[in-house]
Amino acid sequence: MPADSGSIAKVDLDHRGRSWYVDKAVGGLVFVGGVSAIVFVMGIFVFISREGFGFVFGTLDIGEFLTSIEWRPTSENNPRYGALALIAGTAAVTGLAMLVAVPFSLGAAIFIAEFATGRTREGLKVLVELLAAIPSVVWGFIGLSIMSPLIIDTFDQPVGVGVLNSGVILGLMAAPIMTTIAEDALKAVPDSYREAAEAMGATRWQVVWQVVLPAGRNGLVAALLLGVGRGFGETMAVLMASGHAINIPTSPFDSVRALTATIAAELGDAPRGSEHYQALFTLGIFLFVITFLINLAADFAVRRGAPRG
Amino acid sequence: MAEQKAPQPRPEDSAISVNMVSLWYGSFRALFDVNLEVKAGSITALIGPSGCGKSTLLRSVNRINERLGSYVRTTGSIRVHGHDVLADDVELAQLRRQVGMVFQRPNPLPLSIRDNVLFAHRIHRAGERVTRIEEDELLETALRQVLLWDEVKDRLNGPATGLSLEAQQKLCIARLLPVKPKVILMDEPTSALDPEATDALEGLLWELKGEYTILIVTHNMAQARRASEETAFMLLGKMVEHRPTQELFLTPHEQETADYIEGRYG
Repeated sequence: MPADSGSIAKVDLDHRGRSWYVDKAVGGLVFVGGVSAIVFVMGIFVFISREGFGFVFGTLDIGEFLTSIEWRPTSENNPRYGALALIAGTAAVTGLAMLVAVPFSLGAAIFIAEFATGRTREGLKVLVELLAAIPSVVWGFIGLSIMSPLIIDTFDQPVGVGVLNSGVILGLMAAPIMTTIAEDALKAVPDSYREAAEAMGATRWQVVWQVVLPAGRNGLVAALLLGVGRGFGETMAVLMASGHAINIPTSPFDSVRALTATIAAELGDAPRGSEHYQALFTLGIFLFVITFLINLAADFAVRRGAPRG
Repeated sequence: MAEQKAPQPRPEDSAISVNMVSLWYGSFRALFDVNLEVKAGSITALIGPSGCGKSTLLRSVNRINERLGSYVRTTGSIRVHGHDVLADDVELAQLRRQVGMVFQRPNPLPLSIRDNVLFAHRIHRAGERVTRIEEDELLETALRQVLLWDEVKDRLNGPATGLSLEAQQKLCIARLLPVKPKVILMDEPTSALDPEATDALEGLLWELKGEYTILIVTHNMAQARRASEETAFMLLGKMVEHRPTQELFLTPHEQETADYIEGRYG
């Protein structure tokens, strides 16, 4: 090998061009973006704990918090912080919402992923995403102005806001995102399974019911759990459509009050640092923990399903 | 070139009778007036270079290529034991019960071994009561026929996807047997297997022949020689030559066939 070609190679080896710096800079930037998610979650948790923990471990009787239905934070001489009715309200509304959302979203996901083709499929996907983007206050408005009179007329009830109204509204709200996730889960089922089953003479529905749904089970559970998480966390629509009365519901027409709606409605009136204020943060911590657990469970369900694909 | 110079079995002996079949994927024509008679109970190999249409032809027999949608268009006729399978009133479920298929990559369903073997049978029995004992019998017979019983008999409820590729492919054959198909189509069934497993699977073909008519696509000429009685050579969507395997490899009639089996292309 000629001597000078070696020296050329040597020069090239320690030359750092512009692209090297760009690469490092972008790498750093993306890293900051990724880490920020952790920082924000931790930050929020630290913030709500700082405001609420003193109260949780000091004044608050946790037994009373979880078992009493008396929520009277503004009472002058005998304030009560029982969240049971609020928890029951949230649970009832979310439960009904899932009853509404599961058939809709599962049906839509199966149709989009397994039956629709071409433009129908693309069009539906866009529409579902559009539905998911409707602001919750609009849903609340629909609950108040359309659902409420409808319930009053149809079921001959004195009031139209309550578990039924907010459950249905919340179900319709949660359905689009559940549809999207469920559809992803069905799409992730390898096509070779469908082909194998069809080649054995299975009909489309037999393929879906006996092969695709069992194979996508974990992703579907994740979709359900994220819907539940959405239901727990939703505020504005529930505030508007639930009636906002502290009450353990015994019928679908009862008014209830949700955890989230309580915070939204009362925080503005609670003097900063007061017991009331801290009690509301306690509700916040409770919600945070519940949604965190639900998301964790959803994540777990997805992960457990991943290696099988 | 579309002419077949070989002595053909009479159509009444044919399990599969392909007559002037042309097929288009959109505007691309993949098959040109293909004719083929496959003798009942025999093993017939379809060979040819990639893209020659051999898989397309195979996948037309059980109409599985219609999964691609209306963009596939087929003309001509394909008869399986005398029934035109391309007719509009053919019930695909029934057709595919009669014409089973084994794919390139083993594709057991994500179910237990037991449920895999009984899957087709359960689909096709339409409400008929079958006892657990009858099912067990079907299961054992099918698995014994593919020489898999001893390997899996202790884990019939375990996942089929956990088996070796060889066992998976055998299972994919076993699951066709309980519904007693007339024809088994195989699309390069050993391309995912190692030489030993390939050997085992080819041995299995000889076991199944007679009771079932086997049409096998292979890119491997040695396999066609070892594991078939008749061989059909296709090129660029046309049927070039179809004759008893030994004759085709020893004294090909067509220049294209000779070139291909000597490895000049493909």
